[in-house]
Amino acid sequence: MILSVLSSPTFVSGLMVARAKKQVHSILFPILVFHDTSGLHLLLGLDFSAMIFLIVYIGAIAISFQFIIMMFHIQIAEIHEDVLGYLPVSGIIGLIFWWEMFFILDNETIPLLPTQRNTTSLRYTFYAIKVRSWTNLETLGHLLYTYYSVWFLVPSLISLVSIIRAIVLTMHRTTHGAVKRQDVFQRNAISFRRTIMRRPTDPIMR
Amino acid sequence: MMLEHILVLSAYLFSIGIYGLITSQNMVRALMCLELILNAVNINFVTFSDFFDSRQLKGNIFSIFVIAIAAAEVAIGSAIVSSIYRTRKSTRINQSTLLNK
Repeated sequence: MILSVLSSPTFVSGLMVARAKKQVHSILFPILVFHDTSGLHLLLGLDFSAMIFLIVYIGAIAISFQFIIMMFHIQIAEIHEDVLGYLPVSGIIGLIFWWEMFFILDNETIPLLPTQRNTTSLRYTFYAIKVRSWTNLETLGHLLYTYYSVWFLVPSLISLVSIIRAIVLTMHRTTHGAVKRQDVFQRNAISFRRTIMRRPTDPIMR
Repeated sequence: MMLEHILVLSAYLFSIGIYGLITSQNMVRALMCLELILNAVNINFVTFSDFFDSRQLKGNIFSIFVIAIAAAEVAIGSAIVSSIYRTRKSTRINQSTLLNK
């Protein structure tokens, strides 16, 4: 039941991502999808992955998109004039895609017809978890830093590339409206006595 | 809570992401649908690793790498979008054929 509560906003929001008309709504719907994905991770018992989703996806990626939309006045609303021209070929591809998806769904798992069948889920119990249970963080750390340590260092290099992106984006000099920056020597040359002055309507001044 | 329900959810998000990515005229919306696709792939990996690999969680580890790649790709994609917007003042994908002149 909790899964359906979590996944029903996902169904609506996923569709609204492709169809949102206003600028602000087009980033709020992916935020809702990421919230539900994080809750899904909590249901699966992976608490660390859920928090990572909240911090990285919503806190970094969605905020970055929001700044891009806010700063550049990008018009999100578009006119769907030519979408139906895609329909023959893409419809066939979509139908093949979903036909292959339905191989994993037998008649027993979709309760379209309410048959009283005892369905067993694909989960089998590990008894090692009852002796000493590892948290999600312990499991990930046990593998990431020992066996997959080289693989762990590669995303750090990729993050370095994204840091360089952030620097390049603000140092772009040849823009139409020039990027504002401060001249350090001019800042230091301003003296207090010449800059700040009293107005004549000040009651303190004679 | 069964395995197939979550897989259907991830397949639905994946197909909605591909639909939005193909039929969007705006670059920012295409990038957001790409995030949706990567999110659906993450759900798929994590679900399979949780149901079948509870001791080692290799799918969970791979989903961490996918999160890192997605963050870097958002960074670089938005840098490209902003530089295109600065020179052309619009972010329509239809206009990319203007380079052919």
